[in-house]
Amino acid sequence: MAETKVTEQDVMYVADLANLELTAEEKGRMIRDLNSILDHIDTLNELDTSDVPPLAEVVSMFAGSPAADGARFDYAMRADEARPGLPHEAAMGNAPESDKVYFKVPKVIEK
Amino acid sequence: MNIELLTIDGVRDLLARKEMTATALAEACYGKIAAEDEKIGAFLTLSKSRAMAKAAEIDQLAERGDPLPPLAGVPVGIKDVLMTRGVRTTAASKILDDFIAPYDCTAVARMEAAGAVVLGKLNCDEFAMGSSNENSGYKPVRNPRDLTRVPGGSSGGSAATVAAGMAVAALGSDTGGSIRQPAAFCGVVGLMPTYGRVSRYGLIAFGSSLDHIGPLTRTVKDAASVLQVIAGRDPLDSTSADVPVADYLGAIGKSVKGLKIGVPEEYFGKGLDDEIRAAIEGVMDQLRAADCELVRVSLPHTKYAVPTYYLVATAEASSNLARFDGVRYGHRAEAVQTLAEMYRRSRNEGFGTEVKRRIMLGTYALSAGYYDAYYLKAQRVRTLLARDFQQAFSRVDAILTPVTPTPAFKLGEKTEDPVEMYLSDIFTVTANLVGVPGMSVPCGNTREGLPIGVQIMAKHFDESTMLRIAHAVEQGQSTSTDLKP
Repeated sequence: MAETKVTEQDVMYVADLANLELTAEEKGRMIRDLNSILDHIDTLNELDTSDVPPLAEVVSMFAGSPAADGARFDYAMRADEARPGLPHEAAMGNAPESDKVYFKVPKVIEK
Repeated sequence: MNIELLTIDGVRDLLARKEMTATALAEACYGKIAAEDEKIGAFLTLSKSRAMAKAAEIDQLAERGDPLPPLAGVPVGIKDVLMTRGVRTTAASKILDDFIAPYDCTAVARMEAAGAVVLGKLNCDEFAMGSSNENSGYKPVRNPRDLTRVPGGSSGGSAATVAAGMAVAALGSDTGGSIRQPAAFCGVVGLMPTYGRVSRYGLIAFGSSLDHIGPLTRTVKDAASVLQVIAGRDPLDSTSADVPVADYLGAIGKSVKGLKIGVPEEYFGKGLDDEIRAAIEGVMDQLRAADCELVRVSLPHTKYAVPTYYLVATAEASSNLARFDGVRYGHRAEAVQTLAEMYRRSRNEGFGTEVKRRIMLGTYALSAGYYDAYYLKAQRVRTLLARDFQQAFSRVDAILTPVTPTPAFKLGEKTEDPVEMYLSDIFTVTANLVGVPGMSVPCGNTREGLPIGVQIMAKHFDESTMLRIAHAVEQGQSTSTDLKP
């Protein structure tokens, strides 16, 4: 991968994706910090990982049966039966704005 | 009776002999918190009514002469990333400033069911992101051993509370070293179990494939006691392992004779503080004297661990923190016109600098065009690290390393350059990436009186061997007449 440098445009694009709104000062700092961190991360390119599978989790290596397919996650499954969940009132307890039934938010659809 | 020195056994003994009540003990802890915590900053919220209700319940059991549960009357602090029903839970972030948890974290519920008295919620780095507890949205925590220095992070409040004697034990969380590093900096025991050993239900998620809950205590036996209570499959956490819970307390005091302990050369390079190196060499001498075989091993991909960690953790964090949008809970910005504005301003106003930085980095690593080069690449390097450990563990039973490259640094010393702060995690992140358990045990002090910790890592689900060795190290410390590292 060619050396990439994060630009202000990149920062604005990423902030958009992340739903963050940075001040001008934060933007400047962010460009500097991201570049510094990405420079450090570039060392990973010293490694040839073309034949190496990704490791996402370790639990299935120890729990459940050592099957190669989805059955190795059987320990994590249960019957598809409805069970009591968080009561509605508890779920609404921290609502910034509600009518006690729904969470209220600014208009989503214009017109 | 000095509450600063009480262990779990000590508490249960006092209660069983009716020399003290759980109520009096809880009150003594609150007294200590009132006297000391202003200068330390460990507590964010006190849960007095909950604590005193539990203490009263335990006192009734003791009164009747009923058998006492394993953690009866033990005053504990809970890191504020763990949900405690009915009690303010903030993750040390302004974005959750007035959030009241609607349910209990499983680990907390299990501790309380075992009799523990929850004193309150502990300060930490915001959303567990940090290595110094300087990133709290509220106030920094100071190291009780030297108030000008950091306690470490992110479980700085947990480590400081136990070190200062304000509680007997604490729960913390560890994603890249956040239990072990503050334990080392504050001179207490910090245990990170195998991934999946303890349910993550109720832990406010940071990096879901890296997060662990674990105890911080004054002794190795206490850590085993807490682990015994909180470990085990939880149907509410599909990543919790359906692996039988071993007898951890049975491992305490078992001989370490004949155990093979690996010493990885990559962890003892140039950047390691001389006094830490000397202290750990002292531990190796002790273990040799106890008939352990110390074996030189290599974990060749160690130098890639920190960049790998900062890709995986931030990517997962960017996804996990997307839920904080002002809709259902947490801070909502005022006078917003559109939904988009609500999301942006709520998050901007609520999140601190380090959190934003990590969300940005994680989002970048996962964005179209970069996913393969960054996130997927890091996951592949994770496999290489796992293979390093697999190879080492085919020759040894445990691995011994430093916990930190330096002792506790001064507040403000590393806040300018994020990379410098990240590099202080260099010895701890590998265990999180690979999923093996690791614990930090105090093994001496620097000439300036700052604590030094030694790390013991074991095979997946072999906390028993880890505890066995840790206990031997601890015993070696207390019988050592030579206090110099």
